[in-house]
Amino acid sequence: MKGLAAIAAVVAVLAAVPLFVQSNIALNFLVVTLLVALAGQGWNILGGYGGQYSFGHAAFFGTGAYVTAILQVRYGVNAWAGFAAGIAGGAAVGAFIGALTFRAGLRGSYFALVTLAFAEVLRIIASVAPITGAGVGTLIKLDLHPAAMQFESRAVFYWVILALVAVSLVIAHLIERSRFGAWLIAVRENEDAAKALGVNATRVKLGAMTVSAAITAAAGCFYAQYFLFVDSGIAYGTWISVEALLTPIIGGVGTVFGPLIGALAVKALSEGAKLVAGDAPGLSLVVYGCVLVFVIAFAPRGFVGLLAAAYRRLARAPKKREAAHG
Amino acid sequence: MSDNKLSLSRRTLLAGTAATIAMPSVLRAQGAGVKLGILHPVSGALSYSGTQGRLGAMLAVDEINAAGGIKGLGKIDAVLGDAQSTPAGGTAEVEKMNSAGVAAIVGGYASALCLAISQAAARYDLPYVVDVGVADAIVTRGLKNTFRFGPGFGVIAKTAIANLAAINDAAGKPAKTVMIVHEDSLFGSGLAKLLNAQLPQHGFQILETIPHPTPTRDFNNVVLKMKAQNPDLVIPANYYNEYVLLARTMQQQHVKPKGIYSVLGGAASSYKFVKEFPEAAKYIMDCNHWFDPKNPKALALKKKVEDKGQFFTYEVYMNYSCVLLTADALARAGSADRGKLTEALASSSFAGHVMPYGPTKFVNGQNQGAAPVNTQVLDNDIKVVLPAAFAQAKPVFPMPA
Amino acid sequence: MLSPVILIPAILNGLLTGAVYALVALGLTLIYGVLHIINFAHGALLSAALFAAFFAFRLLGLDPYLAAFLLAPVFFAIGYALQRLVIGPASHGDDRNMLLVTLGLSIIVENALLFAFRADTRTIDLPYAFATVDFGFAFLAVPRVIGFAVVFAVALVLWAIMRFTDIGKAIRAVAKEKLGAELAGIDVAHVYAMTFGLGTACVAIAACLLIPTYYVNPSVGDGFVLIAFTIVVLGGMGSVPGALIGGLVIGVVESLSGLFLGESLGQIGIFLIFIAVLLARPTGLFGAKA
Repeated sequence: MKGLAAIAAVVAVLAAVPLFVQSNIALNFLVVTLLVALAGQGWNILGGYGGQYSFGHAAFFGTGAYVTAILQVRYGVNAWAGFAAGIAGGAAVGAFIGALTFRAGLRGSYFALVTLAFAEVLRIIASVAPITGAGVGTLIKLDLHPAAMQFESRAVFYWVILALVAVSLVIAHLIERSRFGAWLIAVRENEDAAKALGVNATRVKLGAMTVSAAITAAAGCFYAQYFLFVDSGIAYGTWISVEALLTPIIGGVGTVFGPLIGALAVKALSEGAKLVAGDAPGLSLVVYGCVLVFVIAFAPRGFVGLLAAAYRRLARAPKKREAAHG
Repeated sequence: MSDNKLSLSRRTLLAGTAATIAMPSVLRAQGAGVKLGILHPVSGALSYSGTQGRLGAMLAVDEINAAGGIKGLGKIDAVLGDAQSTPAGGTAEVEKMNSAGVAAIVGGYASALCLAISQAAARYDLPYVVDVGVADAIVTRGLKNTFRFGPGFGVIAKTAIANLAAINDAAGKPAKTVMIVHEDSLFGSGLAKLLNAQLPQHGFQILETIPHPTPTRDFNNVVLKMKAQNPDLVIPANYYNEYVLLARTMQQQHVKPKGIYSVLGGAASSYKFVKEFPEAAKYIMDCNHWFDPKNPKALALKKKVEDKGQFFTYEVYMNYSCVLLTADALARAGSADRGKLTEALASSSFAGHVMPYGPTKFVNGQNQGAAPVNTQVLDNDIKVVLPAAFAQAKPVFPMPA
Repeated sequence: MLSPVILIPAILNGLLTGAVYALVALGLTLIYGVLHIINFAHGALLSAALFAAFFAFRLLGLDPYLAAFLLAPVFFAIGYALQRLVIGPASHGDDRNMLLVTLGLSIIVENALLFAFRADTRTIDLPYAFATVDFGFAFLAVPRVIGFAVVFAVALVLWAIMRFTDIGKAIRAVAKEKLGAELAGIDVAHVYAMTFGLGTACVAIAACLLIPTYYVNPSVGDGFVLIAFTIVVLGGMGSVPGALIGGLVIGVVESLSGLFLGESLGQIGIFLIFIAVLLARPTGLFGAKA
């Protein structure tokens, strides 16, 4: 229950933000940050808890984005139904890729690069297939009404993405506390030992991959609703695969809040670098890269790890004093 | 905390009104100044074009300010933004510019960015002048704030085909078969689709349409196909790097069609290409954005840019023209009020730009006079060959052996 | 399309292109085989090496094939320093962190190049750049044929280093059994850095082979990274012959699928073959059992 209470507290605080912050700059920033946090939480289920690093989460993000966009534009499907279909589509792709790769026994870097290959295959197909509009992409009609899942106010978009992130936090929490989660972590720690203890590793990994894909696909669907334009580079490009793995690792893999903290840190760093470096092309990204390397050097377990270490040191301090005066 | 709350909501109030309120009284004499957003992808995949676009825009800003600024409003305070070559980056910059109180935004360059920028700016009825982005969707979405100065690819394809037919007819119809090589993202695919639909109506036979990604590392196979099928005409539509690779590979494999007729060719009407690869560039034709070669203002700008050591590319003079257009509209509106500026742009009839378009006339956000022109690389220089009103030379077709 | 007049030149072209891919992948596979990290910075280092080759020509008048003799040791030193002073210390030996550090490095290098040199595409013009070797029905570009030969030479030199020199044996020892090697007195940090240096030197040579027929800008290396990763895994991570053969195979696959499916869809051939091979042989063609 403690975990759920923490999630509720964090979500409540975040939900209150638009009541105090009207700046659309800030709201837009937060929406994009939460979008990345959601994609990262998806990756975290498979990579953080499951130890299976995927370099191709764009495959799920892009599927979510395209499914909902195409259903709306070509078939007149309602945006909310399209959203659900996008999540289902992403999950299906995840299950498919997982079934192929886990059954073949692919692990470690081989698994990582195979997921990258799948994402690239999807990207290439999307860039030539007529149904996606090929190179021209798919543009969702601008229609700022709740029925079309588009909103006049950025605050409403913010609450929608926050709700999705909240659900993903709860899912991570439930996985942590469940038997499935125990099996998943056992597979992460030592797959062969887990198998010897009777864990059906393939089935567990497959389940994690499906959930992981569904969550990241939801981020893709939201992207489509927020920005309205999807093409193969946006949907399946390596940029989102990188963001999806960067944020949990920076924030703390295998933790409930890791991706959220990581997303906030990474996006804030990006903005900070722009402020510091100004207008010169590329300079702000050089600053960003340098700080990134520093953060990894000094927080190898991510921010959650830093916080945990600090907490432990604080908790130990009074005991040490007691012992000294003992 | 409460101070922040107040100042933040004050900022949102200001966002929708003129920026003149904030300016020091010293400038009130000739106008308190007006903020203009200059938004381009200066980092990321499109950084060369974005940087050139920013250069052109700033040259216009500096010129206007040197002459005392905009009549009645004062000097232009340029608010620069980097769209980072992504729609999310462009959107974030629009929010910042809106918050800074800009009167309008100029730029975008790539269609995907223009789409994102126009819809973000539309939230605030912030006028947005598109510099290049050719997707027709940009002006057919019904966004009242968006104005495109240059042509969309519907007009470009139509003009390109009409001019091709004219050039072919004038030479006695030596060309019948065509091969299209295009980049596979928005502008290449969109153009190829239109070409495929319209070329047969003019009696051309399309042998093959070859899409390729950006970047493409090697064109040997494409050129092999050209060799095998021997089209009379090759129509490339791609970005600079790929165009150069393609042209060099054709030279290497001794492939010489009767004509290379590019549409929105990345290098076909590029001074850089002509300078660096004069042999490969000879006689190549392009139907592309180009300045009015008979306009002294254009030639003066060209000299200025080349003196800076830069190439006079289309991003430069189109952005230059867009800023001049916006400044003219601001002067006519008499204020930086967004509603008045939008009306001024919609009713503008501006001839002080350097493009071969005639005075501007916007219908549903599209400048009606905007059209590409045909150029050809002749005598190590790029000359306009069509339409006759702007031509500097007659087209040489077919290419001499 | 099926006529030999097209097929044979396409295959030959694929081999020539594949050779350069193989050289880029060689560096990557060495780094993976020993450090067990996928070096995300590889593409950015290729871009940097291309700039170096460009300036070697422009400022020093060095022909790229001569410049390779200068740039290989220079980039070896850069690679060594990067691993010893930045990547190693920053990652605390954790694979996951090494991944992120190389990712950060790639952002830094690419954007430093952008900031310093702008995004203009640069090319060099060499008198022999357009020369071709006539094979009857195929004209093969001279620089690419030379490149093909050089790649094999480099692969041979690398193999010899691995087999016969002390450092080569140390590298192989660390790759096989790090703890044991350490206990035997081998300076692992030094070996890691030497390996990274060798990998970076390969990239520098690849740049010199590419520049006569290709172009230079800050993001040009990105176009080779995915293919290099694919080849490394296909050939088996850590295997030098694997990278060479994998590179040639991928080059031919890319060429033929581009021919039959068009250049855009044809790219899919590379990744489909890659997936197919891995599903059948999970550790790559020549890879050691996981």
